[in-house]
Amino acid sequence: MATIVVQFQIDGEGVARGLEEARDKLDSAGPKMVLDFSAVDRIDAAGLRALEDLTARADDKRVKLVLRGASIDMYKVLKLMKLAARFSFSN
Amino acid sequence: MVKNPANPTEERMAYLEGLITQAKTAAAVFSQFTQQDVDGMVKAMALAGLEQAQPLARLASEETRIGVLEDKVIKNMVATEFVYNYIKDKPTVGTIREFPERGLVEVAEPIGVIFSLIPITNPTSTVLFKCLMAIKTRNAVIFSPHPNAWRCSSEAVRIMYETAVRHGAPEGVFTCLEAHTLEDNAYLMRHKDVAMIDATGGQGAVRAAYSSGKPALGVGPGNTPVYLEKSADLSMAVVDIIVSKTFDNGTICASEQTVVIDDEIYDSTLKKFAELGTHVCNEKETEILGHALFDRQTGCMQAAAVGQKATDIARVAGLTVKPATKLLIAPIQGVGREHPLSVEKLCPVLSVYRAQSTDEALRMCLDVNHAGGLGHTAVIFSRNDDAIQKFSQVINAGRIIVNAPGSIGALGGVYNDMVPTFSFGCGTAGGNSTTDNVNIYHYLNLKRVARRTPAAMWFRVPNQIYFNFNAVANVRQFPSRSTVIITNPGLEQIGHADIVRRYLPLEASVHVCVIPDAEPELKAILQGVEALNLYKADQIIALGGGSMIDAAKIMKLKYESPEADLEELAAPFLDIRKRVVQYPTGKINPSRLIAISTTSGTGSEVTPFAVLFDKERGRKVTLADYSLTPDVAIIDPQFVMSMPKGLTADTGVDCLTHALEAAVSTYASCYSDCNAMQAIRMVFKYLPAAYQHPDEEEARSMMHNAACIAAMAFANAGVGVNHALAHAFGARFGVAHGRANALMLPHIIRYNASVPTKFRPSPNQRAYVADKKYATIADLLGLDGGTIEEKVKSLAAAVEQLLDQLEMPRSIAALGIAKESFEQALPDLVKVAFDDPSWLSNPRMPLMSELEELFCSAYNGRGTARGTSAGQQAA
Repeated sequence: MATIVVQFQIDGEGVARGLEEARDKLDSAGPKMVLDFSAVDRIDAAGLRALEDLTARADDKRVKLVLRGASIDMYKVLKLMKLAARFSFSN
Repeated sequence: MVKNPANPTEERMAYLEGLITQAKTAAAVFSQFTQQDVDGMVKAMALAGLEQAQPLARLASEETRIGVLEDKVIKNMVATEFVYNYIKDKPTVGTIREFPERGLVEVAEPIGVIFSLIPITNPTSTVLFKCLMAIKTRNAVIFSPHPNAWRCSSEAVRIMYETAVRHGAPEGVFTCLEAHTLEDNAYLMRHKDVAMIDATGGQGAVRAAYSSGKPALGVGPGNTPVYLEKSADLSMAVVDIIVSKTFDNGTICASEQTVVIDDEIYDSTLKKFAELGTHVCNEKETEILGHALFDRQTGCMQAAAVGQKATDIARVAGLTVKPATKLLIAPIQGVGREHPLSVEKLCPVLSVYRAQSTDEALRMCLDVNHAGGLGHTAVIFSRNDDAIQKFSQVINAGRIIVNAPGSIGALGGVYNDMVPTFSFGCGTAGGNSTTDNVNIYHYLNLKRVARRTPAAMWFRVPNQIYFNFNAVANVRQFPSRSTVIITNPGLEQIGHADIVRRYLPLEASVHVCVIPDAEPELKAILQGVEALNLYKADQIIALGGGSMIDAAKIMKLKYESPEADLEELAAPFLDIRKRVVQYPTGKINPSRLIAISTTSGTGSEVTPFAVLFDKERGRKVTLADYSLTPDVAIIDPQFVMSMPKGLTADTGVDCLTHALEAAVSTYASCYSDCNAMQAIRMVFKYLPAAYQHPDEEEARSMMHNAACIAAMAFANAGVGVNHALAHAFGARFGVAHGRANALMLPHIIRYNASVPTKFRPSPNQRAYVADKKYATIADLLGLDGGTIEEKVKSLAAAVEQLLDQLEMPRSIAALGIAKESFEQALPDLVKVAFDDPSWLSNPRMPLMSELEELFCSAYNGRGTARGTSAGQQAA
């Protein structure tokens, strides 16, 4: 059976908004959701909160989250927030 | 022992967790910010702090009822303007310092979430200061103000926070605990997401911070002694002390507590104090004041007196003073419980003490220092540099303020160039982690990026080397008034010393000193030194084999520097450039050493080594230093034409071992390699002929050169395990050095060419290359083999074949040494070999078990040599 992978391009200017939209699409996401972070240079507190919320809901719905194109600086922020382990990363 | 307070209620815990999450998120977000980002925020915050300096001071004054409003305004301004001035141009993001010459870079990393305690005595200035530091270093802070200063401190936090966020700082970067308890503080101090505690305040808070198990900056109380030394500028000193001690009514913990005054100026000093509006207490008043300020039971200062005016304190104590009195001065007779005013008084009350001498003054200052002020601050007023220096050495204080007010001087940046701060580190004596004025660098984790630095290498040989037949004639060019030829009886007898004498300049008086031709003993060395002294030698000619030249090197050392302690100079070392013991540089009898070698093996004429035989302990002592290298080396084959066959073989194998070990040494360089490789080629080509046809001049001459060339290689690259084993074995069983080397050599080649069990740190080498080096040598010799492994095997076989040609024993057993006595000696042999510095440059770090295996292999011996004849190929 083919799996549907939902992909979201996260806008660097509105990370939190983009992540909220992604959260709303979790039900239809299938087993995996790819969040394209290649346009995100910096994440703010609201973005981090949205990301934390998204991971909690994805866990409930057993959706695997993949961050694509996240910079090493972004990865470091996720490590500091102890969120990195909740994602897979791809280039 | 600090008690662990109980956990807060669940509701309270949820509140505290919320604060932590907010701060942690802010810290994570902040980690993405650039230097430019934070610098903009810091400037805006400094301006906001300056603008609000007066309102905040007023708020602090009204709420705490401590201190002086006008001084609090100044403190707020110092905390913003002076701190900003200090930090504004300092990099705190990314690379902050570079040391290209050392290959070092420092990179700043924020700390994360800091939990910060704010004292009641400086409730707004400390907040302003810490906020600027935190933003400059990209950290988030949770503030815990003193409960009785919460309104003013939290207002200061609010002003700084809003300004920072307005200029782009992450939300939640500063938070302030609402009305809180010790339980809240303890919970936050222990929290896993709090990275550091910055506790400015009372002893309890500081102890709690350090007891939390978290990294902490705890800075506590002081008891500042002041030495008013007789040479001081009295007018300045008195004004400075009044300025300082009355500043904010004495609430700065660095302010003066006891002024120790030299007897000569005591009366005039008190007179000046009195003239400038202070009240000098009499004995009775001092006693009353002591009782009023301190609790008789606990010895603690009455909290109600902290930061109060002098007149109010006098009134409460029941003293009558003039209405304009700004400072109460209380003469005391000592330090301790019976002198309550000898400790910290956070109010405008100052103790004074009359000292009859400088020693007594320093003793009294030290007593005050030890009565609660260790590590904090001390002050001296003096124009005598010696007195200032003595005071600085004696007193244990992180800040020693010279000719300036203690409190404002310690803050830094106003009266001196110390770092501006509102947190004074008191060092370990004060139970703190630093003696610094706490600053931005304490809010950073500094990462040192250390690049591999290219190892400094060298190639050092004598200034002049003369070779080929009749090279000895060159001795005539060296001017000398008195030359001593050191040689052995045999060489003297066959006329070698006369040959040398023939070429010496006519004006030189020449003396021959004959010593036994064995490994030099101290006794023989000292006899030689006596001769050098007797003849006032300015030139020493060593004529002989390695032992004779070694002896001459040590004689020269002792002659030039009689104080040289040979035992000490023989101390072990890992790196010749970093050795503990340095060879003497001062020479009372400077002289030239010319080495003329009469054997073709040790190469001592060009090396920095000398071996001394310690007869008493039955061991060899190796001296190594480039200052031992002879000034001139003469490689004249006429002196080796009569070398016996056995000696030709032994010394020739020694030469080969030098070259092979230098080639694979961890200190090998392209400079030493070219010598080592060439020497190996020459040995394979000429040694069999020199051995079998002793009269063959070319073979003798080329082997003589080969020995010198190999020595130039190992003088700079070192030798290896082969020599360590041979030294131990040769000394134990009295076997000639070259022969002992021969027994080990094929085994060592195989050993070094295999992957080490243990790699040894060797900054000079980028890779493990011993096997490749051996393969290169095999190629040079034209040996068989396609792979590195095959070439190594061929080389070992070629060495075995050469040793057979030289009729070298194939095993230790073949020397007639019984297995039993060998096995009995084995543990000692291993120990001695492991202690031998020769292996330090070996490509494989030998384990003791491996040394034992190598000895056993040498005992059992090698098989019959097979493979291409390297001698034939090299020829």
